[in-house]
Amino acid sequence: MTTTMDMRPMPLPAETTASKDAAEAKIAMSVRNLKAGYAGGAPVLKGVNLEIREKTVTAIIGPSGCGKSTLIRCLNRMHEAIPGATADGEILIGGRNALELDPVVLRRAVGMVFQRPNPFPTMSIAQNVAAGLTLNGVHDRAILAEAVEKSLRRAALWDEVKDKLDAPGVGLSGGQQQRLCIARALAVEPAILLLDEPCSALDPIATGRIEELLIQIKEQLTVVIVTHNMQQAARVSEYTVFMLMGEMVEYGLTRKMFTQPVDKRTEDYITGRFG
Amino acid sequence: MNEALYARRKRLNALMFALTAVCAAVASGTLLAILGYIAWKGASSLSWDFLLHLPKPVGEKGGGIANSIVGSAKVVGLAGVMGVPVGVLAGVYLAEYGRGKFAFAVRYAADVMNGVPSIVVGLFAYALIVHPMKKFSALSGAVALAFIMIPIVLRNTEEFLRLVPGTIREAALALGVPRWKVTLMVILPTAGRGILTGALLALARVAGETAPLIFTAFGNRFADNGWLNPIATLPHTIYTYAISPYEDWHNQAWAAALILMAFVLLVNVTARVWLRPSSGTSH
Ligand SMILES: Nc1ncnc2c1ncn2[C@@H]1O[C@H](COP(=O)(O)OP(=O)(O)O)[C@@H](O)[C@H]1O
Ligand SMILES: [Mg+2]
Repeated sequence: MTTTMDMRPMPLPAETTASKDAAEAKIAMSVRNLKAGYAGGAPVLKGVNLEIREKTVTAIIGPSGCGKSTLIRCLNRMHEAIPGATADGEILIGGRNALELDPVVLRRAVGMVFQRPNPFPTMSIAQNVAAGLTLNGVHDRAILAEAVEKSLRRAALWDEVKDKLDAPGVGLSGGQQQRLCIARALAVEPAILLLDEPCSALDPIATGRIEELLIQIKEQLTVVIVTHNMQQAARVSEYTVFMLMGEMVEYGLTRKMFTQPVDKRTEDYITGRFG
Repeated sequence: MNEALYARRKRLNALMFALTAVCAAVASGTLLAILGYIAWKGASSLSWDFLLHLPKPVGEKGGGIANSIVGSAKVVGLAGVMGVPVGVLAGVYLAEYGRGKFAFAVRYAADVMNGVPSIVVGLFAYALIVHPMKKFSALSGAVALAFIMIPIVLRNTEEFLRLVPGTIREAALALGVPRWKVTLMVILPTAGRGILTGALLALARVAGETAPLIFTAFGNRFADNGWLNPIATLPHTIYTYAISPYEDWHNQAWAAALILMAFVLLVNVTARVWLRPSSGTSH
């Protein structure tokens, strides 16, 4: 899979190095003054600024309805797949504004996993994993087989399905289906993987498996995860973004935010005083 | 509270139940009666000779309907080849891109087309093909049947495409697959079973159409002779034989009707068994 996009990190502009915790990490994606909304509604994102560090897990937390999904869906422009949805501002990736790129090319570099597992119902396990390749014209069996195995291993699903790769993807358990969806997203070799509450439909054991694999795969790529579960954010992420009513309230190292939040509203949310 | 009132309500309830049950019995009984009657009348003239031979010259006894069977297969087959792709793709358009005025017009036109008497569609095919070519033909009959199929297939396709959950579309889009490929290679196959079933039912439906073939396919007592000549079809042969003065032809009409009926039933049952959701499909 080749993309025309240069995925090298863009040089760190002086003004964004303010956060000294992050000085050493390169920036994979930089969101500036992002405003977004839906047809006929009030703006949902009211000028969000944040940076996503390369090869880290960044968690986006905040009360339901604050715009977490809207934000993460802007990052690979799935947001605009909703009729009438608008997005304005800058999402710099590899030095270019993602909002001005071809969304199809962008999405190959920025993959996504959704809240509910959504394997393709007509496809087998292997076909599901390979779908991003086959649908884009890769038909070499050896390449596909290799990509399927590699992706399933990265998604910690290989051992469970290696003997039934031709069985329907929808026949797996919910947790397995979600890992299948992660494998499918990884097969395209994205530089960034977005996950929107990927465990909200799963039991604690399935959730634990996904958390483990996220910690594994961040060695190779950048992970952004929306979660309503603060323990999950604490377990998997290095950085946390706290959102409230369409605004980014606080952003920083997870361990710092959970121990000594800067903003009063963050503190209130984390200590469970609202949300 | 009031015993009498309660008893009356109970009686009324029983009465209404009986009434609906009787009507339901009439509705399903009609099908059984038709099937039974045709089987009874048709079976006596049915034989391998009847299926495999051409009609005898007028006045001679015996002969078969081989040309009508082949003709129906050809005309209905060609109608499917023309009508199913057009109907499916138009349905894709409506389901995937159909929001504007044009889509509204297409949807409305399809619904009106569904109600147009089939003989009018036959007249249209006559004007469109038979008249300019100065010849009745298998082709013109197939075009008439295709026109009848298109709105049925179109609306059915649209409905089944709309049943595909939006999350499937999102999953494919998020993989960096262009929209048109998502539509044709992910959404369409996901709805494929329902769409195919609809196409089969539409085929079965037009296989029994007579009126649109009267002045298009026209009928023929001889062996099939290409796409551009008049051709015999089962419903049209039944019609011709039934209104003829010959006792032998009447019997053959019953037997031909039995064949047609069996074919339509077979396709219907196949389609409906197929439609039954299998593992995982989300209909
Ligand atoms: N498809 C949509 N159309 C209109 N409004 C929407 C749509 N999706 C979300 N919203 C609105 O945008 C706001 C933020 O939603 P969302 O980003 O889904 O929040 P979160 O993921 O944090 O729960 C909510 O007020 C919601 O009602
Ligand atoms: Mg959400």
